[in-house]
Amino acid sequence: MQVTRRQALGLSAGAVALVAFGPGLNAARADAAATDKSLMEFTGGKAPATGRITLNAPEIAENGNTVPISVSVESDMTDASYVESVVVLAEGNPNPSVATFHFTPMSGEASATTRMRLAGTQNVIAIAKMNDGSVFMDKKLVKVTIGGCGG
Amino acid sequence: MSRKLILAAATAAVVSVGGALVASADPVDEELVIDGEIPMVIRTKAPEGHPFDEVLSGWLFRTPETRSLEEDTFTNPGMLYVERGEEIWNTVEGEAGKSCASCHGDAAETMAGVAAAYPKWDADAERPINVELQIDKCRENNMKAEPYKFDAPEQRALTTFLKHQSLGKPVQVDLSQGDMQSWWDQGKEVYYTRTGQLNLSCASCHEENNGKYIRADHLSQGNVNGFPTYRLKQGNMVLLHSRFRGCIRDTRAEFPAPFSDELMALEVYTTWRGTGLSVETPAVRQ
Amino acid sequence: MATPKPRVKVPKSASAGEVITIKTLISHNMESGQRKDKDGNVIPRQIINKFSCEFNGKPVFGCDIAPAISANPYFEFSAKVMESGSFTFTWVDDNGETYSHEQAIEVK
Repeated sequence: MQVTRRQALGLSAGAVALVAFGPGLNAARADAAATDKSLMEFTGGKAPATGRITLNAPEIAENGNTVPISVSVESDMTDASYVESVVVLAEGNPNPSVATFHFTPMSGEASATTRMRLAGTQNVIAIAKMNDGSVFMDKKLVKVTIGGCGG
Repeated sequence: MSRKLILAAATAAVVSVGGALVASADPVDEELVIDGEIPMVIRTKAPEGHPFDEVLSGWLFRTPETRSLEEDTFTNPGMLYVERGEEIWNTVEGEAGKSCASCHGDAAETMAGVAAAYPKWDADAERPINVELQIDKCRENNMKAEPYKFDAPEQRALTTFLKHQSLGKPVQVDLSQGDMQSWWDQGKEVYYTRTGQLNLSCASCHEENNGKYIRADHLSQGNVNGFPTYRLKQGNMVLLHSRFRGCIRDTRAEFPAPFSDELMALEVYTTWRGTGLSVETPAVRQ
Repeated sequence: MATPKPRVKVPKSASAGEVITIKTLISHNMESGQRKDKDGNVIPRQIINKFSCEFNGKPVFGCDIAPAISANPYFEFSAKVMESGSFTFTWVDDNGETYSHEQAIEVK
């Protein structure tokens, strides 16, 4: 069988479309679903409000293997009112879990900094749970650049 | 016009045509002071015969997050390897029952500034040697211990520790010793020779295109004053000859053996290109 | 690397009620379980899975850790100190080992 140039182009365009939309979409859905599941487990099914929590992450990470992130939550951090925990999730990693920070009034401030791995450009999500059960969320898109020089 | 003003003008011009990429490809205009105490020379007048007027540390080409990791010896993960290197320094090994410290004592005193002058001429070997080979020479001759396998974790840690004893000292290779000048010549030839399927030389990227992006990577001048370097990609210390091999592999060429004549000549030449820059070991790079 | 080694930075002294910053780092590869060796076999996961900080035996800060935390895990957090005492830092390895470090602080 002879394949004309036009046919070949059509075939490869189809293949490209499949790669771009088929598995890509499914994968994205699976990640979002897994992230949602982790989120809901943490909040006990509650939808988090915005505000009070700030997630700091670079807009562009030079290397996805070591991305500095920090979270801070507004709170008096007294026995009556404090932040219990903050969970950090990454939507586009093989597994969304990154870390769960646990605070007590002895923490003084509900803030933490660490370094994380990102498999590619994706949303990083931080959700804070207060001792009264209320939950707050912040989200940052981090672009992970693919270097020209692996070295 | 000051550098800051020029940068501001350039930024304004670029933003006005709607693309910030070109401006952000410039190295930053920042100072590097380790722990707020040890000022680093990260730009300096190039030595005579250098193609540039000014040589720049790779630190200036990195993002704010990567730069800040190096500014604080506590947050710098490379310091873990300095500490490991110190343990090795004090550990007895080999048939002679000696450690490095048995002869050299406190490295903070005896090794201060020493590694900034490597590679240097070795009359016994009749070739230049770097810190890694100097360590092996000591191990074999004085400790009666095996030389390290290339890239062994102990080699990385001890080399990092020794280079760190020169933190902030200017890089200065002595080309007047032995045949250093001819090794420099040979290294220069390696630097400018295009190789591999991509037909690239060191100069193609680090001389002709530094400051620009290669895909998403910001090309530096390729100075080696921070080696061994903590690379975020590996999450580990990377020896200079590993980095050479990585660069050469990326040109899709066969890469020479570590410490081969070719790479040792390249080390002599590239180290000279960064003359006057501070030793930054352990530098932090992407 | 050799046995994981912790590094901790705590101020030597503070005033009562002051909120201090603590920085911790430990040498560890944090093998994610996602990588394969040359023969295509999965390299088994081995990470630090838990970190905690206590002051005079009471919890100050803790962290459950997934493989998405980078090699040589770094944590920076705060503590409110009311009296002199000692911080205990503990890292738990997947292999069952724990690594700990103590650091005293004087409250004036």
